[in-house]
Amino acid sequence: MRFSHLDPKRSALMTSATTRPASDYPPGGDAFRHRHLIGIAQLAPWEISYVLDAAEEWVEMNRSGAAKHDDRLAGLTIINAFFENSTRTLLSFEIAGKRLGADVVNMHAAQSSVKKGETLIDTAMTLNAMRADAMVIRHQSSGAVQLIADKVDCPVLNAGDGRHEHPTQALLDALTIRRRLGKVEGLTIAICGDVLHSRVARSNILALTLLGNEVRIVAPPTLTPPAMERMHVTTFTDMDEGLKDADVVMMLRLQNERMDGAYLPSAREYHALYGLTPKRLEKAKPQAIVMHPGPMNRGVEIDSSVADHPTRSTITEQVEMGVAVRMACLDILTRRKRGVPGWN
Amino acid sequence: MELTPLLIANARLLGGDPVRLLVERGRIAALNPLETPGGAETVDARGQWLAPGIIDLGVFATDKPAFHFGGITRAALMPDSGPLDGAGLVERAAKGGKPDLWVHPLAAATKGLAGRELAEIGLMKQAGARAVATGRARIADAGVMRRVLAYAASLGLTVIAHAEDEGLTAGAVATDGEMATRLGLASAPAIAEAMAIARDLCLVEETGAPIHFRQVTTARGLDLIRGAKAKGLPVTCGITPAHLFLSDTAIGDFRTFARLSPPLRSEDDRHACLSAIADGTIDVLTSGHDPRGPEDKRLPFAEAQPGMAGAETLLAMGLQLVRDGHISAARLFDLLAANPAKLLGLEAGRIEPGLEADLILIDEGTPWQVDAKKMAAWAGNTPFDGMPVQGRATMLWKGGQRIR
Repeated sequence: MRFSHLDPKRSALMTSATTRPASDYPPGGDAFRHRHLIGIAQLAPWEISYVLDAAEEWVEMNRSGAAKHDDRLAGLTIINAFFENSTRTLLSFEIAGKRLGADVVNMHAAQSSVKKGETLIDTAMTLNAMRADAMVIRHQSSGAVQLIADKVDCPVLNAGDGRHEHPTQALLDALTIRRRLGKVEGLTIAICGDVLHSRVARSNILALTLLGNEVRIVAPPTLTPPAMERMHVTTFTDMDEGLKDADVVMMLRLQNERMDGAYLPSAREYHALYGLTPKRLEKAKPQAIVMHPGPMNRGVEIDSSVADHPTRSTITEQVEMGVAVRMACLDILTRRKRGVPGWN
Repeated sequence: MELTPLLIANARLLGGDPVRLLVERGRIAALNPLETPGGAETVDARGQWLAPGIIDLGVFATDKPAFHFGGITRAALMPDSGPLDGAGLVERAAKGGKPDLWVHPLAAATKGLAGRELAEIGLMKQAGARAVATGRARIADAGVMRRVLAYAASLGLTVIAHAEDEGLTAGAVATDGEMATRLGLASAPAIAEAMAIARDLCLVEETGAPIHFRQVTTARGLDLIRGAKAKGLPVTCGITPAHLFLSDTAIGDFRTFARLSPPLRSEDDRHACLSAIADGTIDVLTSGHDPRGPEDKRLPFAEAQPGMAGAETLLAMGLQLVRDGHISAARLFDLLAANPAKLLGLEAGRIEPGLEADLILIDEGTPWQVDAKKMAAWAGNTPFDGMPVQGRATMLWKGGQRIR
């Protein structure tokens, strides 16, 4: 077994800002100096913390009963352009935009001219000509969101591109961990499942190692990407060993098409070797939390008794944090356009 | 049409000794002639290099402006567009360069390049094909490949093969490594190349048929070639400047101009390629010229087509190998002209009396910058965009005719 390249002590020092309140940051773009949110790869640790802190305020508002509304994005148009099917992420972004008072428009690939052969760039230019104030984009190809961001005049948020990145998912996961365990540094986090095809895994590996955690990958060798040691993580093929003393167990969704024999023999065998059962979870720390980005395959990668555990499962809380994090991202990225003092 | 004799004076032969060269009736008549015939046109080279016109082995388009800019007088055309699997198609492709470029079509090894049935290689040879090629992919079926090798050898033709195992590279757009993992791109292990080479070398050993691997780009693959040459097998291989000057870090930011086939490799493999070009393992330096417009390249990385417009940068990057001390100037022109000519069975590629006067003058020091937006090629998909380089062809003759 190999250990992470990170020195936990040094990492803890580097990321002491993770629990700093947002009011401590100087006003102005220095706190988050990006025009777009394409990936975690472009972010510094304090920028992640800044978004998480901003999201905390929206969590409060979202829980405050009737008045779940703020008008700061009133008059702005946000286009959610989803070239790949999605229900949860699209809904989450739509609610986030509407709670901030923006006019939110959804575009589904199935209804768009993409099916008629229009190129991605042409579609992007069309959306741009409609003068959106922000675009949220999901696409099945790695790099597609950056390609669009380079061509349009408004901030672009990546809602998932191919196997590349899904930054808001990593941010909401970090916020969930921070709220549950009081910190998101110096922890041992096991990411389990189909890492090879997972943008959630890539964004989480980047965010969680950046914040100073020991990140482990637990996956069958057929679903482990190459050169993982260069990502500063430790890889395991044995689930029990990989979960040992973990603070966080993060499960990934296994796509049905991976179970047809190309990557895995069967769903049954996957469950036997890599399914999160109550017994397996005992290897982790007693208070370890269980995460899943959804939608779950109950009985395949995760047992229902674990998924529905009242204290350890964070799965519904992740959905809740998702709205807050996306509100924070939409707010921060449109500040320049709205002329918020200090953001120019 | 009667050509007036041509005298090129004050040139340096391949960057070495001063030379005067006389051309008569389209052919090289003499080096340092004692007397010049009356009425000869004289070109003062002012110390520039005199070299044979470049013979570009394995291009995917007949792109004359790019070839002329790059000092290329002969292009061996890959059979993929068409595909060139019949005598008529080969004959027409061979005429595609007239009057100012030699085009040598490579015959498709199999019908439709599908890798199943032998194409009419003999008839295509009669129509002007100089070698046989498997196209952008290898022939997956070892039995078919064995028959192609033996059949082509009986006709005196070399088989130009692509070396990637299709099982390992299925769906892949990059080489396994940190860059592919970070970008979330489907990737294949670099050994896919060595595995393909190993299979074909076994077939070569068994049939005795000559083979040329159009591009060998990994340490493992080059080791196999080195070993096969030591055994005396009829094996040669080539490479493009991209794999000598770039590694897979060039695909960062999803740059589709750096999406190539085979994909860019690790830095270790790049260094192995430089060693192999220095020690003689690599025989041919080619542009792999494959111009691709925005409809093929302005796409998400995995959806873009592989390939680069390489003809214009081939000479400058080759000269960089000389300046960096990897090879001598004389060896550069073996890689660019003499060896490809030998492989195609052409009496060309050298500066010798009696040969066709396919010549270039090179200002080897002149600096310029590669600019994808200002290329002579019909598309500017160069992975070297923005790179400052040195050296370009200033004059070019084909069969004694001044082209530029």
